[in-house]
Amino acid sequence: MSDAAAIALIGITKRFGAVTALDRVDFGLRAGRIHALLGENGAGKSTLMGVLFGLTSPDAGVLELNGEAVRWQSPRDAIRAGIGMVQQHFSHVPALTVAENVALGGRGRFDVAQAAAEVTRVGTKAGLAVDPMARVADLSVEAQQRLEIVRALAHGARMLILDEPTAVLAPGEATKLLAWLRRFADDGGAAALVTHKVREALAIADDVTVLRAGRRVATGVVNEFTAESLARAMFPEERETRAAPRANPQPGAMIVSAERLAVRGAPGEPGIVDATFALHAGEIVGVAAVERSGHTALLRALAGLQTPGSGRLALPPEVSFIPGDRHRDALVLDFPLYENLALRHLGTRHGLMRWPAVRARTSRILEQFQVRAASGSSRARSLSGGNQQRFVLARELDAHPTLLVAENPTRGLDLAAAATIHARLLDAAHAGAAVVVYSSDVDEVLELAHRILVVHNGVVREVPVTRELVARAMVGAA
Amino acid sequence: MMSALYALWAGSFGSWYAFTSGTLVRAVPLMLTGLGVAVAFRAGVFNIGAEGQLLAGAVAATAVGLHGSGMLGPATLPVALVAGALAGAAWAGIAAVLRVRFGVLEVISTLMLNFVAADLVSYLVRGPLQEPLHIYPQSSSIPAIARLPQFGPATRLHWGIVIAVVLVFVVAWELAHTAAGFRVRAVGANPSAAWATGRVPVSRVTTRAFLFSGLLAGLAGAIEVTGVTYALYENLSPGYGFTAIAVAILAGLQPLGVLPSALVFAGLESGATAMQRDAGVPAAWASVVEAGLILAVVGVIALRARARSAAANGGPP
Repeated sequence: MSDAAAIALIGITKRFGAVTALDRVDFGLRAGRIHALLGENGAGKSTLMGVLFGLTSPDAGVLELNGEAVRWQSPRDAIRAGIGMVQQHFSHVPALTVAENVALGGRGRFDVAQAAAEVTRVGTKAGLAVDPMARVADLSVEAQQRLEIVRALAHGARMLILDEPTAVLAPGEATKLLAWLRRFADDGGAAALVTHKVREALAIADDVTVLRAGRRVATGVVNEFTAESLARAMFPEERETRAAPRANPQPGAMIVSAERLAVRGAPGEPGIVDATFALHAGEIVGVAAVERSGHTALLRALAGLQTPGSGRLALPPEVSFIPGDRHRDALVLDFPLYENLALRHLGTRHGLMRWPAVRARTSRILEQFQVRAASGSSRARSLSGGNQQRFVLARELDAHPTLLVAENPTRGLDLAAAATIHARLLDAAHAGAAVVVYSSDVDEVLELAHRILVVHNGVVREVPVTRELVARAMVGAA
Repeated sequence: MMSALYALWAGSFGSWYAFTSGTLVRAVPLMLTGLGVAVAFRAGVFNIGAEGQLLAGAVAATAVGLHGSGMLGPATLPVALVAGALAGAAWAGIAAVLRVRFGVLEVISTLMLNFVAADLVSYLVRGPLQEPLHIYPQSSSIPAIARLPQFGPATRLHWGIVIAVVLVFVVAWELAHTAAGFRVRAVGANPSAAWATGRVPVSRVTTRAFLFSGLLAGLAGAIEVTGVTYALYENLSPGYGFTAIAVAILAGLQPLGVLPSALVFAGLESGATAMQRDAGVPAAWASVVEAGLILAVVGVIALRARARSAAANGGPP
């Protein structure tokens, strides 16, 4: 592999069924340069990197390595050509040691001693120290990421793909990683940096490409861009102009108050730090964030499912929660609907289930909230996604909650089903509940919310309800 | 072939004596341990240590029966049964603590504790609990006051069957009609939803179900000692705790299903002895039939699940 290595993807198209994930996209890496790849969730970043690393074969387009057309049958070919990938979700075996993990992916014999020597040699040379005898499960997230890089380098990578590498790191560690990446490029390496964060791209990259809905919408040398122009490129213009952001006519009593609230994230996920805000009766507060920003920890804390690490969080005694993953967190699919209702409202007397009352309540809810099901005894599994979600929402609203927290409440639903869910959320706010809605679709948040909290890098900030300001705050450009 | 099948039938369901003194006597520990395994599995706890928990119960009941009768008098029997049940729960509790505190898989810990319990019995019947002459590796017989009464002089069937059947109905009712039972089913069916939606304290509920499952197995051991063997010795259980898993699976993990399921396996084991004696067919063949039965049931369950998910998704997965 010569130091002047370069790889180009030209006119890459990839379809998944009816969806065009990539539409004639060009992208390239050159020695000595870091190329940032930006885009919203679902813009096609991961698919494009998959093509570059041989995980996905394109439907059209060519790869050129140093000017010659090449074809990857699998990542093995890409690795042989000097490409390495650091995945967002690490791909090592936790029970094995660092050296064993490196030996696993190597060529030829499984030689742990040699792999250990290689880890030390590569680590020293690259300035990434990892103890070759440490068990991966005992390593910090940051050290696991270092291991991923060392492994790629040990396998001869001169071109690195890093998929959202700083999402899992604390700010100080992220700075260190980016500084290392700069040195790697200055020493003749090439890197693709997939990121949501425009500041990161502007600070470290030489070239920038922006994808939107599978198309390349902007590309160029970094100093052609500003944070503002990148944010605008990532998020399309408002689809339709809607009435000026509704101010909530009369915010009611304070329902939730958070002061300097910090919540730890799930393992490998960021948490939130130092959040101060208040939620009032009758208002819908939108939460907007790109993936892995810490909003999941915020929602779980508001739902009362996770205890705050520090700070103060005053919640009402009863909180209704619509989880983002209804199959995992909201329903027992093999239980009939009335038992799923009982999951939320036991309706017991002296520890006994009063099934007739539970069944009656289920029938009433099905009718009142127009959930289409054969009967209250139908298994939750037998309902369509839209009706499952309507049931989940009905179950919460029937208790007249003072605080309703909804995570991606319309995920996977068609427009009609989504519209009824939106109507229900508005009804709940009218009825005096404080409603918190997170959606990975920014437009949905903008459509529903009276106020918006943006979470970026664990920081929660209230932003005026305008598309541009929210979009910029989400990617850290404001 | 025919003579073998006839012997199998004659030794299990073919005569009143075979049915009551052979099949029903064996069905008692299978009902209790099978019920315990069913409850644990329903809660999502893979307790395969009913054998060890049964032995722990047998040890405790023997100890109470041998040393407590002087002090306890007529209370010896109930105390022995309660002690056996608690010992079974405690034996399961070791695995429950390992699971909650250290994340040790109960499949491993309960299986290992079976061996520990078997070796503990071997030690006890050669040491602290050995009969006074120190000749045989077994305990003395417990006094009559500590024994479960039998239904008559002509049968070996004892009152343990009443305890077992009543408990099956009680547990079936608990699972269906109490909040505690509902929580057990919810936690077993989907722990994430039980917590996120129902705020059910998942690990507390599974731990309780685990202990309860051990309690039933321990009681089975105590009933075996006070109703059948009257003494502690090695091989006191011909693997009831293992067959219990098969009983629970054949029952579809339904408490009431445990009754017929336990009868089937008890009949097979009882008949197998007769088959070996009268027709010269190795009793191992009964185990082959049992295994075939389990594979068939598991296969049917898998096919049904596949058909159901295909129906829900509008096509094969």
